[in-house]
Formats: sequence, structure tokens, C-alpha cells
Amino acid sequence: MKKTIITVVGKDGVGIIAKVCTYLANNKVNIEDISQTIVHGYFNMMMIADMNNSSKAFEEIASELAQIGEEIGVVIRMQREEIFDSMHRI
Amino acid sequence: MITRNEVLETNEMIEKENLDVRTITMGISLLDCMDSDLETCRKKIKEKILSKASNLVKTGKDIEREFGIPIVNKRISVTPIAIVGSACCKTPEDYAAIAKTLDDVAKEVGVNFIGGYSALVSKGSTPSDELLMKSIPLALSTTDRVCSSINLGSTKTGINMDAVRLMGDIIKETAERTKEADSLGCAKLVVFCNAPDDNPFMAGAFHGVTEGDCVIHVGVSGPGVVKTALEKVRGENFEVLCETIKKTAFKVTRVGQLVAKEASARLGVPFGIIDLSLAPTPAIGDSVADILCEIGLEYAGAPGTTAALALLNDQVKKGGVMASSYVGGLSGAFIPVSEDQGMINAVEAGALTIEKLEAMTCVCSVGLDMIAIPGDTPNTTISGIIADELAIGMVNQKTTAVRIIPVIGKGVGETVEFGGLLGHAPIMPVNRFGCENFVNRGGRIPAPIHSFKN
Repeated sequence: MKKTIITVVGKDGVGIIAKVCTYLANNKVNIEDISQTIVHGYFNMMMIADMNNSSKAFEEIASELAQIGEEIGVVIRMQREEIFDSMHRI
Repeated sequence: MITRNEVLETNEMIEKENLDVRTITMGISLLDCMDSDLETCRKKIKEKILSKASNLVKTGKDIEREFGIPIVNKRISVTPIAIVGSACCKTPEDYAAIAKTLDDVAKEVGVNFIGGYSALVSKGSTPSDELLMKSIPLALSTTDRVCSSINLGSTKTGINMDAVRLMGDIIKETAERTKEADSLGCAKLVVFCNAPDDNPFMAGAFHGVTEGDCVIHVGVSGPGVVKTALEKVRGENFEVLCETIKKTAFKVTRVGQLVAKEASARLGVPFGIIDLSLAPTPAIGDSVADILCEIGLEYAGAPGTTAALALLNDQVKKGGVMASSYVGGLSGAFIPVSEDQGMINAVEAGALTIEKLEAMTCVCSVGLDMIAIPGDTPNTTISGIIADELAIGMVNQKTTAVRIIPVIGKGVGETVEFGGLLGHAPIMPVNRFGCENFVNRGGRIPAPIHSFKN
């Protein structure tokens, strides 16, 4: 499978990256790139991750991440990279 | 590598601008289900559709989740039933029984519409075609998800005026039979000139006999995305305007292409076409009329509307064609009234009339669509409206269609509520002068001179 894009958007707070990264590490999802910024007080993070070694299915990780997002008050989405590739690359 | 801004842009399109894939439509040939016994035929139809489409809805949902793009509708189109039922249907009720089978199997596989309760009569009608047409009021009033379409003319054949006259009656009868639900049956019935074999959009989808056994078509959408992109170039000249539409259409279509390829691979069914259509919904911010306003009109229907729509339609195609390996179906901006809040507003403001809508259909797909008219409109007037619209299609070598709803018991000034994607509509006035003598002549209008290209 190709890469996965994880985005985290929401109100800034302590430990957002830590929480997400810990979950990913526990589930053997490798983070290949990470960039983060604060726009108008809103936390905005994007990760490119490789989940080929993860034992969990895409859907399971996506919904668990979304749940973690709810707990800490941010929106976490996980999408396959192809949608961005196809839209922005010829 | 993908940048954060690109990811943000895509996700904003999805979250804020209603970007979605409007439909994955699986076309299924039912030619091998023909039988001289009605019950056997119905059984074969059910088995064939279940064998092909059982995983369609699940696959669509999986793709939605993995890519984060909503796929609004999952649908099925089948071979025109007038052909499939020709060997076993002896009465309109026999045809309606097949409609019931289609409805049941659509519910079983979970698709929201199944299209193809159709007859292709552009030059003449067989007895089977006539039975099917006569069964439409019964079929549409006793099913929920079946959509019906009739091809009444084409550039190569001219217009079958006998069938046009008959369909005026059929539309009215369908309205009567579904009057408890504001004549909703007519929202599932469309008549065409130059109907495409591979249209994924309802109510006009059917699986043409030129198609393979089973195929996946995808209809994209995205009026909200185009509108937002144009907000950023307010006041710029036409070159900038057109380039912006083209680039946006490219991006939207690429998503459709991705979804189509993915669905095709997962279902093990060949990819057919992408239909490049700006298809509005009643949701705020998902309107083609709003794009016309953003281009510079006070309301859709104001002078300049036809030109604005022409350029919009053309740029959507130019951007979309490069983004997809196969383009087909209707491919153009849709201008339904009830399904587009901006169109509804324009009608209510008095800016938009049926005559102006007719002019607009000369430059875009697909025709007079989802227009509510008074329930006491004469049948021959409906046939006259159909004949006008089909003539535009015939002469301009394009698809045109009429999906008009005479709302029984209601008149101009009242509103009709269809619900969901079908939306609501103010009832529009119709020209009250008669055309009985024209419609009642009988026969057909010959093909236009420029169709003789051999």
C-alpha cells in the first residue's frame, strides 16, 4: 500500500503530537515526514506515514485516531495519499 | 512529496465546499436475462444483479473512508427494460412486475436508485416499447427506487412525435397516480433526445446495448469548489475566469478518476467513463446558479446567463477531459431547478422562466430538469414543451432532456417539496397558448440535413 496522510486540526494544546505519535508507535506505524504550524490559534499538523508493518487494518487505525482526536478536542483524519497525488500531481 | 498546503486545499474542498463524488453507477447488461416466461425473466434479473452488485455499496463506503472523499450515491443502471421484457411482457402490468423486481433488488443491495426502466424509440416504437411506456405510471407509483427514461429522438433519426404525444399523457398520468406525494413519480421519469448509453446520473441512467456486460461509471460534481475558486478572482477578465474554472475542474475530475479506477479494481469490473458534470444539490454552497452569480449575474436568468453558462460548461469540459482517461455520459453543467437553491431563488425573484431555461439548455447539459408546473397544464402542452426541447438536441447534435413535474392540485405561486436530493421547487408558469393541432399530427419529424454526413 502507498503512504498515508494524517492531518490534525484543532485548538492548540499541550501534548497533541505526543499523543498521536505514541499511538502510531504502539501500532507500528512509521512517521516519514511531519510538519506543523499554528494558523489563527489553530493547530495544524500533517504527517506522512507508512503503515505497511502495522498489524491493524486501515479502517481500525483511522477510527481509533479519530477517537483520540475527540478525546483531546482536535479533528484527526487519515487518508490514503493517492487522493492528494491525483489532485495535485499530473 | 505532497505539501501541507495541498493537503489543506483538498480537505477544505471536501469539508467546506461540498466536494464529493456524486455517484458510482454500475451498469449491468440484462440481455442474457431475456426469457419467454415472465417469472423466469424476473428471477434471472434478480440473480444477475445480485451477482454483480452485492459489493457495490460496501466498496463505495470503503473508498469513502480510505480516501476521505464522500461518495454520495451508489446506483445501478440496466439494459432498457423494454428490450429485456420484450419476449415475456404481454401487458403493461407484466412490465410493472419487472419494475417491482428491480425495486426489490435495489433495496436488497442498498443502492438508492436503479435506472433503465427505459425504451429507445427515437425513430419508432415496437409493441413492447409501447407497453413499457404505458406501464410507467403504474411502475413508478408502485416502486420507490426505479427510474425511467425514454429516448424520443436523435440527430440521426429525427423525433418520434407519436411517442412525444404519448409521453405527454404518460407524464400527466404518472403525476396523477403519485399526487399524494406532490406528483413525485415524475421526478423519476425523463425523456431524451440523443440519450447517451453510459450516463451514470439519474433519472436518465440506463445501460445501453453498446456497452459490455458490466461496467463502472462515475459522475463527479463540485459546484461549490468552482464557486469558491472564482471568489478569489472577482473582477478579473475572462481569460483568468476561464483558466480558474478549467484548473478547478481538472482537480475535481482527477478525484473522480481515482475513485473510478479504485472501484473498478476492487469490484473486478471494467472502468467505463467519467461524467464531467457540475451537479448541484439543494445544499447551500452546492449550486450552479451561484457560480453564474459569481461570474457576474445578479440572478441566474438575467441577461448574460446563457453566455456565462456556455463558458462555464466549456471550461469544465476542457479541464476535465485531460484529467480522465475516458469521458462520457452527459458531461456538462446541470441546471435543475428544484435541486439547486440558487435556481430556486432566481425563480422566486422572477429572474428565471421556463423560456430562459430552454435557452440555457442550448449550451449545457442537459435540459429542462426538475421543473414543477401547474397540475392543470394540458397534456398536449407538455408534449409541446418536450418537442421544443428535443428539437434543440436534434439540431445541435447534443443530449437534451425534459424532466417536468405537473403537480396535481397545485398552481403558480405554490411550492412543492420532494425532499432529499430532489429538493423543493416553486411552481413555474407555463405558456397558456395551445399546440394541440401541432402535437396531434402524428408521425415523426425527419432528421435534420446536417445529420447526413456519410
